Amino acid sequence: MPVTRGDWLSRALWVAGIAVFVFIYAPLLVVVLYSFHNSRIIAWPLQLGTLSWYGVLWHDRGMVDAVVASLKLALLAVVIALGVGVPGAFLLDRYDFPGKALYQRLVLLPLILPGIITGVSLLTFFTFIGLPLSAGFPLVPGWPVVLGHGTALVSVVVTQVFARLQRLDRFQEEASMDLYADAWRTFWHVTLPNIRTALLGAALLVFTLSLDEIAVTFFLIGRQNTIPLQIWGLLRRGITPEVNAISTIIFLVSVVVIVIWARLMHDPQGARA
Amino acid sequence: MTAPPHPLPAPDTRLTWLDRLRARPRARTALAAALPVGWVTLFLFLPYLLLLIHSFWRLDEHQVIVHQWTLASYRRLFTTNVYPATILFSARIALSVTLLSLVLAFPLAYLLAFKVRRHKNLMYMAVIIPLWVSYLVRAYAWKIILGQEGILNGLLAQLGLIHQPLQFLLYSKWAVIIALTHIYTPFTLMPIYAVLEAIPPSLKEASQDLYAGRFQTFIHVILPLSLPGVLAGSTFAFVLSMGDFIAPQLLGGNDSALMVSNVVVSLFGVAYNWPLGAAVSVVMLMLVVTLLTIANRFEERFNYRGERGGAVKADALAVVVTESRA
Repeated sequence: MPVTRGDWLSRALWVAGIAVFVFIYAPLLVVVLYSFHNSRIIAWPLQLGTLSWYGVLWHDRGMVDAVVASLKLALLAVVIALGVGVPGAFLLDRYDFPGKALYQRLVLLPLILPGIITGVSLLTFFTFIGLPLSAGFPLVPGWPVVLGHGTALVSVVVTQVFARLQRLDRFQEEASMDLYADAWRTFWHVTLPNIRTALLGAALLVFTLSLDEIAVTFFLIGRQNTIPLQIWGLLRRGITPEVNAISTIIFLVSVVVIVIWARLMHDPQGARA
Repeated sequence: MTAPPHPLPAPDTRLTWLDRLRARPRARTALAAALPVGWVTLFLFLPYLLLLIHSFWRLDEHQVIVHQWTLASYRRLFTTNVYPATILFSARIALSVTLLSLVLAFPLAYLLAFKVRRHKNLMYMAVIIPLWVSYLVRAYAWKIILGQEGILNGLLAQLGLIHQPLQFLLYSKWAVIIALTHIYTPFTLMPIYAVLEAIPPSLKEASQDLYAGRFQTFIHVILPLSLPGVLAGSTFAFVLSMGDFIAPQLLGGNDSALMVSNVVVSLFGVAYNWPLGAAVSVVMLMLVVTLLTIANRFEERFNYRGERGGAVKADALAVVVTESRA
């Protein structure tokens, strides 16, 4: 083995890898740092040392409303995505029916298609059936956007739960049935505990993705902005440091949620199943 | 006369009805399928179908959509230079993003799969976490970096390399390409990492036993085996950046008007021509689906484990995350 050449190669690889890592994280770090920037104008050099932008955020009525709307939207999206996605995953795992492959593709389309196509499709649909985009406001940010988020994110639940079901040991269920437990009891006492972490993980993922969703939301939103659209609005009027503050909060919340999700998805207890 | 003694309690007919239903395999399937299939048909299949139908309708002189079959939108789409031009322009941008993302993602994926020994999962998580973290924030960050008074111009001026701020950085297609590359690099990395990770060390060892050098092992063993992942990653990056309209609007300046997704946004918004907007979307959809199908074919051929489906299938996104770490 030409050791010296090998070392040179792996050193180059490490440098390249670290550079890419920096490329991925540096912009996020920039946003976080500039949320403490002590000037109205976002420019170089950075002047650290104020929390006032977080205060501005707290008193910005539009932003607070957007946060409330986004949270409601995300919760409802979780309910819909789980309600449709979990039976969907079971269907794909355990049943054969004509059109199964087609169904699988259809469910997963929103995951792979550019959001804009799903967005305009849903817009034409809700307009066609005559459901106004602001229907349900102020109870919800609008039924169309709720249904849109929920439906687009069914794909996430299906993939997550399906993956777990595929790894599931079916003998446990058969054993339960052999011991005269009916289908519901088997589901409740055997299947559910085994997929519980996958369900929780999927719910968290849907929640974060809904909070962050912008392509579908852009077309379906009625009167009430969500967080990303509120930020979008602020950005169109020019960059304000307030955006950095809300972005930093979103960043931190998403990281926490995603780390919990990762833990749940790879929970050895659940994965052993 | 006394009432006749009450007959035996009637069997619970509701239960037996359900039981009978469940006993029949076909009915059971129908029962299990009703909600998930019904919902998806109503809120996903019908909307996509309606988009297709809209593309065959037209506007009347009062800008009202008339439900009358016509190819007018498609005729206009293909005979006006601007629409094919935007599709080509977007495809070129998307291609640049894809190639850049591959160049950036491959070394990092290789490093993570073969070189990192401690905290491997943690490192992998760190790379893909930004994927789930505010898309808008990631696009917007580049505004601070590339702006006229931004970090890059500031640093370059401080180093004495430039005297005037570089104007072309922000509000140009370059800014869009950089931001989209930044956004989709972790996306590209995921499937590449997944296939690299799955390569059994024995294959590498076998190659080395046969006196292949590192370079030869890479070219003849690692690279061919990584192709499904590379293909999956490139498809993701291409499709998603081609359909992106946020980054172009935020960072693209005048160039953003040339992106097909922004044309769609304006046709469904201010320009208000839904049939034409639908036609452009359908063409975009067709391109995407064609691309996915081709990628899927190739990917199946390259997949050495011969697994059905594999990474390109849409389930890749989530399943790859799960499987690669399972």
